[in-house]
Order: sequence, then structure tokens, then C-alpha cells
Amino acid sequence: MAQNFTSLPAHPETATLEGKNKVLAFWLFLGGEVVLFGSLFATFIALRTSYAGGPTGQELFDLGLVAIATLLLLTSSLTSVFGVQAMHRHDVAGMQRWFGITVLLGVAFLGLEIYEFMHYYHMGHTMSSSAFGSAFYTLVGFHGAHVLGGVTWIALLQMQLAKKGLTVVTAPKFYLASLYWHFVDLVWVFIFTVVYLMGKVG
Amino acid sequence: MATHAHPKRTGLWDWLTTVDHKKIGILYLIAGGFFFLIGGLEALLMRIQLMYPNQEIFVGGSFNQLLTMHGTTMIFLAAMPIIFALMNAIVPLQIGARDVAFPFLNSLGFWLFFLGGLLLNLSWFLGGAPDAGWTAYLPLSGKNYSGMGVDFYVLGLQIAGIGTWIGGINFLVTIINMRAPGLTFMRLPMFTWSVFVTSALILFAFPAITVSLVLLMFDRLFGGAFFEPALGGNIVIWQHLFWVFGHPEVYILILPAFGVISEVIATFSKKRIFGYSAMVFATVLIGFLGFMVWVHHMFTVGLGPVANSLFSIATMLIAVPTGIKIFNWLFTMWGGQIRFTAANLWAVGFLPTFVIGGMTGVMLSVPPADYQFHDSYFVVAHFHYTIVGGMVFALFAGLHYWWPKMFGKILNETLGKIGFWFFFIGFHLTFFPQHFLGLMGMPRRVFTFLPNQGLELGNFISTIGAFSMTIGTLVFLYNVIVTATRGEKASNDPWDARTLEWTISSPAPEYNFAQTPLVRGLDAFWVEKMAGKKKMTPAEPLGEIHMPSPSILPFIMSLGLFIAGFGFMHHAYLIVIIGLGTTVVCMFLRSIYDDPGYHVHPDEEEVKA
Ligand code: HEM
Ligand SMILES: [Cu+2]
Repeated sequence: MAQNFTSLPAHPETATLEGKNKVLAFWLFLGGEVVLFGSLFATFIALRTSYAGGPTGQELFDLGLVAIATLLLLTSSLTSVFGVQAMHRHDVAGMQRWFGITVLLGVAFLGLEIYEFMHYYHMGHTMSSSAFGSAFYTLVGFHGAHVLGGVTWIALLQMQLAKKGLTVVTAPKFYLASLYWHFVDLVWVFIFTVVYLMGKVG
Repeated sequence: MATHAHPKRTGLWDWLTTVDHKKIGILYLIAGGFFFLIGGLEALLMRIQLMYPNQEIFVGGSFNQLLTMHGTTMIFLAAMPIIFALMNAIVPLQIGARDVAFPFLNSLGFWLFFLGGLLLNLSWFLGGAPDAGWTAYLPLSGKNYSGMGVDFYVLGLQIAGIGTWIGGINFLVTIINMRAPGLTFMRLPMFTWSVFVTSALILFAFPAITVSLVLLMFDRLFGGAFFEPALGGNIVIWQHLFWVFGHPEVYILILPAFGVISEVIATFSKKRIFGYSAMVFATVLIGFLGFMVWVHHMFTVGLGPVANSLFSIATMLIAVPTGIKIFNWLFTMWGGQIRFTAANLWAVGFLPTFVIGGMTGVMLSVPPADYQFHDSYFVVAHFHYTIVGGMVFALFAGLHYWWPKMFGKILNETLGKIGFWFFFIGFHLTFFPQHFLGLMGMPRRVFTFLPNQGLELGNFISTIGAFSMTIGTLVFLYNVIVTATRGEKASNDPWDARTLEWTISSPAPEYNFAQTPLVRGLDAFWVEKMAGKKKMTPAEPLGEIHMPSPSILPFIMSLGLFIAGFGFMHHAYLIVIIGLGTTVVCMFLRSIYDDPGYHVHPDEEEVKA
């Protein structure tokens, strides 16, 4: 473990076997997550018009609001890329700045989502109103939980970065967190299409 | 090099905090063995109820609970963990690694499985066990028809399942990244290959059951309507998701068994495995096809002739790579110097038994025939021939074979053989008649039958067989105790075997390999033996070895989820928060305190010897 931290390699995230293992494991983890979200999407698609007299997607969805949320999330993917680029330049201040913006955008997205859910709730769209309702909240809510997990994770890593600096131990963590963040954003693109666009337009 | 003090832990604390894959393997074996006995007891009680017509020992609900818990326990809490026991004990040694890729996660995986299983079994004492079958079909498992038991099912299996999934990722990374120099994929021992494919199946299959359990949990606990037809719900979704997981799951069980059989038969025939590359190809192909055939469990749901035909053909295709494997085992034995040790008896007994299970599988894969067989005792006979006659036989073979490497002692051969014969004969007595019971119309999952319909004899024989299997199991347990108290101390290589794990002492030292070995061919150790050497050529100089520190966090994290499980069940959200909070705090601690580990010096004497 006694690495020489003064000469940090260009790609600190895969400089050690531990780092390499983590990166590989994380890709595999994402493979499993694909099945997880795939199953949720399949369920949603099977139930997306099972309104059972409850409110329909057409009545509920406000594409303007969702488009803003999408914009926030996609931008945050970009800022996390800048964060990783800063890491490859060993620019800790740049990392803090870009990942900080990523976290803020993620939190803003979550705020919009909570507002949206409250709004639907008042329109009679709940977990128990119809199979469509259950499928909607489960799929979108699962994604929301992933966003929450992501912003918490990145924020905690930033605290570690402030304390320990950029090392072959902290670098892989940032690299993985940004991979995770891209994945969460990608899932959102599918949600935007399958849930909102198809729900609104048919 | 910074040297950290070697943490000395003993007794229970050592076992709760260990991150050593060999000890975790033993933990899996103890826990899995314990659940195997519970599941076996449940089976025996059911067979006692079915010994004569019109008995009234376990009727209705209590029979349903025994049935459900038997299936659930055997698949998730006995079969899987004992496979994980062998994986943990052997795979790092077979690939010449010091450890698995993530020792901490390895321990976490074990504790999640164990506490999830415990939660599930506590249902017996806290309001009744699940009673909707191990497949938990809707609407039977919905809140209108099933009590608290199914809550234990969804939460217990969820926790245990996460543990298994973590384990799958860990072994994939270990096998990809931590092989000794020279150990290419096409030189990997068959057992490791099968664990590799199995881990990939775990990675992609378990998320499907995670989702199905979540949906069922939402319906039962939070007013969801996924499976509520009045609100637009659809119960067939459950069946699809369950079998998208469930069919690969049976290959998750059988592939490692195939791996064990390959090792045991090759060693005790003193030949390299016949058709190695075909074996690898067949393993991968079976793994792949395993994902393509789930609908054969749903032929009778009414998905239509097109779906049924396609899935029928896909199912039959699996018989091709499976057949390749059977023939390669036979050709390995052909002309070999066969030794009928206890381990090899189990392996040879596996062959005809598994072939019968495969043949009835092909019969079931024909939809019109399946309309007749479905939900009858014929299906019960089929899957017990594959799972017990296949996987459990292979596990016994593997345990007899690797016992010396795990515990340093050789299991008593005579007792081993006696146990085998009781089990083998008992197995066929139990399940062979069930094919005919099924054809004569005895439905699956019933607690009794009527006299004078021709079902008495078959059921009676079946119960006798179950007793014989019980005796076989008890003989094995007795063997374990006898061996532990006065067994023969094992040498490094008691069977004159072929792979890397036999090059080091029995049991393996803490650091596995003092020096990472250099691999120069398939059956690495045999290659060296043929070159007239007694040990491997090292790939590195002797030096200090870095080891990960033990940790109590995996246990506490699992305990947190276990507690949260109770909270969910009783809608006690304070308890949920305490439980989940405990887990999250542990994750946080794990992340901020980097593990410096410690260093050990390999035993120089041993290296020189
Ligand atoms: C050639 C290979 C195989 C074929 C063609 C095959 C085919 C089938 C089919 C069509 C069914 C559904 C029967 C019904 O419910 O109507 C079935 C059930 C089952 N099979 Fe297989 N099978 C094969 C191998 C295996 C293996 C290797 C295992 C386990 C290690 C296994 C375990 C099971 C189990 C547990 C069930 C019953 C599931 C349940 O409904 O509870 N099968 N098999
Ligand atoms: Cu199947």
C-alpha cells in the first residue's frame, strides 16, 4: 500500500490492481443495472395504458417541466466529464468545481421531480390509483432514488478529496461515480422517451 | 514498506470479521449445510404425510408452508450457498490468486445471504411461513390469499439475493483480473470456467428477481396494483419476471455441478478431460441458451402457438451442448485408470441420473405433451432428477474431493461410500416412481390422495426412499465428525490431482501461494509432474504479502437490512430508518477509512520443502 503519491500517473484510476478491479466490477454492476431497469421498463410498457379509470398520461404530463428536468440532468453529465478531465490534469480545484456543479444540477432535478410527484398526487395519480400509477412511480421513483444516491455519493467523495487529496485511492472512486452518473442520465433519456413522450403523444 | 501489526482475532469474533475467502467458504458450507438439513426435514415431513392415502398429519395450510419453505430453502439457502462454499474455497486456489478481488464484499455477500435466510426462516415463529409455493404465483401470493409469510419471502429473499449478486460480480472480476501468469482462459480448469459462466448468469438473472420481489412487495405493503386485475394489473408479468430469473437460476445451480464432475472424473481417471475446448464451448452455450427459454415454464398460460413453438425449440437446443458434456465425461473415463473413491462414486452416479433428468426435460419441452405433464408429479420427478440427482450428487462429489484442501483431513472413505449408497438408492426409490404417479394423474402440490386409484404403492415407495436419503445424509454428517476428531491428516496432493490448488499445503496457508506460480499448460500441476517436478515454478521472488484487514462492517451492514426488513413488514418506519441508517453509516465508514491491510511473511520452511 505504500505507494509514492508524489508522482501520480496520468490515469490514477487504473494505476493499481485494486483500481482496475473496481473499474471492471463497476462495468459489470452497470450490466446488472441494465437488467434491473430493463425489467422495470418492460413492466411499465405492459401496464402503461392500464389506467383503470384513473388519470392518464395525456392528462398528467407537462412536457415543458420534464424538458427542463432533462436539460438539467444532461448538462450534469457534461459537467461530470469536465470533472474527470480535470482529474486527468491532476487539477483538484477544477474537480471540486465541476463535480460541485454536477451535484447542484442533480439536486435541482430532484427538486423538480418531487414537485412533479406532489402535483400528480393532487390530481389523483397515486401508487394505488391504477396499475399504470404503480408502474409509473416505481420506474420513475427508482430512477429518482438512483439520482439521490449519485448526488450523495459524489458530495461525499468531494469531502474526501478535500481531506485526502487526489491519490490512487480516491481517483478510482471519482471515475466510477462519474460512470454511474452517466448511466443514471442515460436511463433518464429512456424514461423521457418511453414514459413521457409516448405517454403524451401516444 | 509500511508494516502493520498482524491483527490477532480468535473464536467467534474471528468468524464474524473474517475476509479470508477460505474461511468464508467454510461459513457458506456451515450455513448452507444447516439450511439443507432444515429443508430436508421439511421434505421428510411432507413425504410422511404422503406415505398413505387420506392421512391427516400435515394438511392444508401447514402442508403449503412446508412445501413452500422446502423449495425456497433448498434453492436459495442450501444449493446456492453450498455452491458458493466450493467457489470460495477453491476458485482463488485454482487460478493461483492470493485472494478474491474484493475480500470485504465477499464477506458482505455471505452475511447478506445468511441474515436474509434467517429472516425468511423466522417466519415459522412469527406469524407463519410463506405458503404460496417457491414460485409465489399471483394471485395466491397476493395480500388477499396469503398472510405475513409472503412478506418474509419478499424481504428475506431480497436481502439474500443481493448477497448472491455481489458474489457473482466478485468472482467475475477475480477470474478475469487475478489469474496467475500463463493461466490463459483456455487453460482455466473446468470448475473455474463453470463458476465464471455461472457468475455471469447471476449477474444478469438476479436483477430480474430483485424487480419481481419489489413489485410484489409494493403490492403487498404499499398498496400497489401491479397484480390487481381490477385496477388494470396483470399477473402474467410476475410469471415472466420470475422465470426470466428462474430458468437461468437452474443453470446457475447445474453449471458448477458440471464443473465439479469434470474435475473429479479427470482426476480419478488419471486423464486430462476429453474435449476440453468443446467442454468450454458447451458451458458458455448452455449459459447463453439458459436465458432464452424461460417461457417453457409457461406453456400452459396461453401465450399462443407461435411463442410456445419458438421457446420449445430453444429449450430442446440445450440438450445438444449438454449431450456434448455427457459424452466427453464418458470419453474421459474410457481407457482411464479409474479409481472408485467416494468422490468418484458420486460423480459416476451423477451421470445416468442426470441423463434421466435431461431426457424428461426434453419431454417437457414439447408443448402438447407439457399440457399433460404440467403441474403433475412428472415435473416433480424431472426437476429432482436434475437438481438432486445432478447438482446435489455433484456437491457431494466436490465435498469429498476438496475436503482435504478445505480442512486438512481426508473424509473417511468407507463411511463416504456407505453414505453414497444409501443416498443413491434412496434417491431413485423416491423420485423414479414419481414419473408414473404424475402420468397416472397425481397433481403436484397436494397434501393427500385417495385410496384405490393406483397411487398407493408409488407414494409408499417414495417415502421409504426419502428415509434412505436421510440415512445417507446422516452418515455423511457422522463422517464429518469422525474425520474431524480422528481423521487422517492430508498431504498437499492426496489424490494425485492435476490443478493448482493441490500444489500448496492442506489446508491452504492464509496467503494461499507463497510465490505466485507460473502456469505452463492446461492442468498446470500435471504438466509440472510430467516434467518430473514436484512443485510449480514460481513467477516472482519470495517477499512480503499484503493482506486485507478483517472487518465487522459487513456483518453490521447486513444486520441493518435484516432489522429494516422487520420494519417494512410491520409498517414501523422508525425501525426501517434505524436499520437502513445503520447500513448507510457502515457504507460511509467503509468509504472514508481506507484499509491499510497488513503484511505477512510466507513460511520459508514450507517454500523450501
Ligand atoms: C435438457 C435440459 C432441460 C430441459 C429440456 C428442461 C425442461 C423443463 C421444462 C419444459 C419445465 C416445465 C415443466 C412444467 O412446469 O410444465 C421444467 C421444469 C423445471 N426444471 Fe427443467 N429442463 C432441463 C434441465 C433442468 C435443469 C438442469 C434443472 C436444474 C438444475 C432443471 C430444473 C427444473 C425445475 C426446478 C423445474 C420446475 C420449476 C417449477 O415449476 O417449480 N431443469 N424443465
Ligand atoms: Cu426452465
